[in-house]
Amino acid sequence: MGKSNMEKFGFTILKGRQIDFDSNDRRIAEYIFEKEPSFRLCIECGGCTATCTTGNFTAFSLRELNILIKRGENDQVRQNLKKCMLCGKCTLVCPRGVNTRNVVVLAKKAFLKSDEYAI
Amino acid sequence: MSKHVVVIGGGVAGLEVAGQLSKAGIEVSLVEKESKTGGHLNKWYRLFPDRRYSSEVMDYLDGMTQNRGIKLLTDTTIESFNRNRSHFSLITNEGKELIADAVIVATGFDLFKSARKEEYGYGIYDNVITSADLEDMFRNGKISLTDGISPEAIGIIHCVGSRDEKAGNFYCSKLCCVTAVKQAIEIREKLPESKVFCFYMDMRMGGAFYEELYREAQEKWGVSFIRGKVSEASETIDNKLLIKVEDTLAGRPLKMKLDMLVLMAGMEMSAGGKKIAGMGGLNTGENRFFAAADNHFGSNVSNIKGVFYAGTCTAPMNITETISHARSAVTEVMDYLKDGEK
Repeated sequence: MGKSNMEKFGFTILKGRQIDFDSNDRRIAEYIFEKEPSFRLCIECGGCTATCTTGNFTAFSLRELNILIKRGENDQVRQNLKKCMLCGKCTLVCPRGVNTRNVVVLAKKAFLKSDEYAI
Repeated sequence: MSKHVVVIGGGVAGLEVAGQLSKAGIEVSLVEKESKTGGHLNKWYRLFPDRRYSSEVMDYLDGMTQNRGIKLLTDTTIESFNRNRSHFSLITNEGKELIADAVIVATGFDLFKSARKEEYGYGIYDNVITSADLEDMFRNGKISLTDGISPEAIGIIHCVGSRDEKAGNFYCSKLCCVTAVKQAIEIREKLPESKVFCFYMDMRMGGAFYEELYREAQEKWGVSFIRGKVSEASETIDNKLLIKVEDTLAGRPLKMKLDMLVLMAGMEMSAGGKKIAGMGGLNTGENRFFAAADNHFGSNVSNIKGVFYAGTCTAPMNITETISHARSAVTEVMDYLKDGEK
């Protein structure tokens, strides 16, 4: 496909900032809900992020990652997943008993196409 | 012959029940484990949402219960609880037997023991206190650190022992949010130079005039509200408290040095209530509070005929709700006693 005339002249179409809820692919979330049902219990308190070593030094928030998975913002999820060191401190502080560490493990699996739900 | 009802617990609910029953001509024995009645009301200095003195409510309850011939048994606990056909036999710690036609359980709640949330350092670090400890300071007229100096930066942590699986409590204690707002205002009032920060997961301002108080805290007193659960506190070399939290609305982790931390301890089924439940075969729920026969129209009714519940032994409640619940317990027990005469 050739570039449109507008693009040839330096104009590009910006991808909107909105979460496109209808088009987003939320299969990773569905997969995690099934394998780790506690994933549904998050109330976004941020306890995980507060204690997270990675989050204190780099732009990484486990709480945010959780919500991005649920919304199907997969590009951002993919970029952020690799930052987690799987230390599991987040799981220790979670007041809702979410196995946050396993959420990360499952999300990684989904991206590695190591499961029937792989994306 | 007049009927005899034993009320277990001399806090707000027990006093209201005893007063109303004796007003209706019922003979009442009121059992209280402490040396004086009033329960948690004695620990609180001022009450939300209008910051009236708790002593005013105590005066009302004393007025309800004095000179009515209520048999008051202080420093008394129930050690045995049996049902014999139509009546109950209760043995006290002094070996005295109380024979009752009906029993009202008003054993209330215990405050969550904040030392169980070790990560907040209660009982480990200086200057980590609970909401109840702060009320003591208000009563004594001085908010101070252990070295006697006034704190400049105070953090209030919501949900300590509530909505927390790690503490074994899934439920919301419902009153701590508004207590935090009330206490934040009182700190600012007493220490105008201070800064107060409330760390919350959700602000639950579901009672009459609670939201207005929240608004007043922001508008008039400049209290800051930061949305995030504090994950831990640690003591610094200069004897301050460093907390870690995510400012979830900014989307970034936040650290802050504070002089004092106030933990909003939640409400739990009381130890006394647990003991009564065990002895009397009374059902308790997943939250360990007494389980009422019906959540909508039987919140005073137990699984044992003739035993009724009043107040916070069934769920967290504020004083207004506790008094209403006590009054509805009275209508239940009056119906029961009337039916017994048939």
